[in-house]
Amino acid sequence: MTVPAQALDAAVRQDGNWKRLSPRMLLVHPVIELGKALPAIVGAFLAGHGSGNDSSGSRWSLGIAGVVMAFAMLRWVTTRYRITPAQVQLRHGLVRRQTRAAPLDRVRTVDVTAHLLHRTLGLARVSIGIGTSDRKGRQALVLDGLGAERAAALRSELLHRPADAAQPKQPTQPVAPAEVELARLDPAWLRFAPFTLTGAVTGLALLGIGWRIVGEGHVNIGRLGPYRAVADRLEEWPLAVDILAVFVAVAVFVAVASTVGYVLSFTGFRLTRHDGGTLHVTRGLLTSRATSIERRRLRGVELSEPLLLRTAGGARCLAVATGLRVGRGAERGGEILLPPAPKAEAVKVGAAVLGTDAPLTVPLVAHPLAARRRRIARALAGAIVLGAAFDAAVLLAGWDSALLSVPGAFVSVAVALGYDRYCSLGHAFVRGYVVTRFGSVVRRRTAVAADGVIGWNLRSTFFQRRLGLTTLVATTAAGRQKYSVADLADADAVRFADMCVPGLLEPFLT
Amino acid sequence: MTAASLRAPAHLVDPRAKAYWTVRSLAGWLVIAAVQIIVWVAVKHPDAVHPILFAVTVAVALAHVSVMPQWRYRVHRWEATDTAVYTQSGWFNQERRIAPVARIQTVDTQRGPFEQVFGLANVTVTTASAAGPLKIHGLRRAAADALVEDLTVRTQAAGGDAT
Repeated sequence: MTVPAQALDAAVRQDGNWKRLSPRMLLVHPVIELGKALPAIVGAFLAGHGSGNDSSGSRWSLGIAGVVMAFAMLRWVTTRYRITPAQVQLRHGLVRRQTRAAPLDRVRTVDVTAHLLHRTLGLARVSIGIGTSDRKGRQALVLDGLGAERAAALRSELLHRPADAAQPKQPTQPVAPAEVELARLDPAWLRFAPFTLTGAVTGLALLGIGWRIVGEGHVNIGRLGPYRAVADRLEEWPLAVDILAVFVAVAVFVAVASTVGYVLSFTGFRLTRHDGGTLHVTRGLLTSRATSIERRRLRGVELSEPLLLRTAGGARCLAVATGLRVGRGAERGGEILLPPAPKAEAVKVGAAVLGTDAPLTVPLVAHPLAARRRRIARALAGAIVLGAAFDAAVLLAGWDSALLSVPGAFVSVAVALGYDRYCSLGHAFVRGYVVTRFGSVVRRRTAVAADGVIGWNLRSTFFQRRLGLTTLVATTAAGRQKYSVADLADADAVRFADMCVPGLLEPFLT
Repeated sequence: MTAASLRAPAHLVDPRAKAYWTVRSLAGWLVIAAVQIIVWVAVKHPDAVHPILFAVTVAVALAHVSVMPQWRYRVHRWEATDTAVYTQSGWFNQERRIAPVARIQTVDTQRGPFEQVFGLANVTVTTASAAGPLKIHGLRRAAADALVEDLTVRTQAAGGDAT
């Protein structure tokens, strides 16, 4: 399956010329771009029909489709890449030519994805993460459309280079590395899927697409059969039943969609560690995805427990790695080390990755009581503003005055939320890891290696200064780029920072 | 280890920064006021809504313009040692940032139009983290250039890939 890396290496370096991506992409780009433009095309078609002139709609939609396809194919024609001994370079654009380069020794992560269409054609997309702070080069370099074998070979070639050019002892080994399996999907974890709420995102996206089609096609939704039937039914029932029915319908839809999403994303999930310490994650049913994270790029792990998942006793495990910015661009989702699973499993995987379980299990130091006051006050302030706006709306619109008491519910939720946010706060420094926990709606416990911390920010708002609190922020090149320890007592913040990174604060202490 | 408080950075910024902050915030408020006046004239709302809003804007602007620069000047400080850069900034909300010289990636200066009028410059020190650029506002131009020079030399001496 894999072309030996060395062979590829040699072939590529002899021929330093620019190469095109796989010509099979000429089939892929138009289909994907057509898919993206579908709402506009359908809209144009319906608009044409609506205007009474039967053929104009089809003509417009064909025209749009033609232009979209031409542009999609042009993209392949104008894109080239090459691999020199020092860099991966990518050139694209017709009007605005762009050349982007990734120095080979700065490659931090390599992500190989294959969508359904890619897979049927034997293609894969390689995105190369380089964690520079240069703002333009921040996003990964993406080679969209290499042959699958080529992509796999390129990945091992990029990642299994000798760690340091100054150590030529170990030449690039042909890659047949021993691998240790750290985790594998257990079908029983599917019970956590409905609690992930990813289905809500899918639902919103569908709603958005539907909205655009309706909007661009000037469809009168009042005339659509199924919509009418539902609307009529809801008009017959009393309000309370309506609310309940809609709530149940939405909940069922979100649960089902989340489960489907879980199956699509995580079927075949495997986390393995290879010889050199590189972590590999493979997963996906229709879109297969393989992410590699080099050991020296891994700075820590994060346990994340969204509220619902937390009540179900589940958690996710994410990697904190340089070159993998959380939730950004092409690498989105590349940091997942374990899908929603029992919390114990997440801790086990995190511990295996870190080599010690202490950062994830040690009891955390609680924050001062002033922090609790601040959390609750902040939540309350939001609830009061929201409640006032709600009551104003009720009065202005002349709705049932019973609704005026609804903000009472906001306030009690806010107090509970603020209290829970305080309970989440905690920090520790164990085995060289800076550990911090924060958040209620999504509670995250992060362990970042202290030598990955490249600076401290100590923030205090006017109100924090009055309470004697400071928010300590560790900045890092990995993951979310900054990890906060919120609302520490002033002295504790300085003491903690000094303990984690000895010497840095020394000249400034009194 | 036992000491638990961080002293402020050693150097104040140039006193002309106060004038610069005043002018800059004044310019911002003038834009807002101008928009309000245009709307006032164009819409001709019968109520006293516009004069009241305008009076509020003027009051807030005066408070901001008279308090903020003095306050800021007392807070903004900086210091660069052999091993670290340390800044303090803000006024209502304040922030102290510390970055090791060994982790510095770029050091550059910028001079906006207002800063040029006052002969000032600001220095931005970036690290590999997107969250941690250190900005020193309101330095005299020569001082800014000297600082950049100094930090560049020290950073090169430190080496490494700064992550």
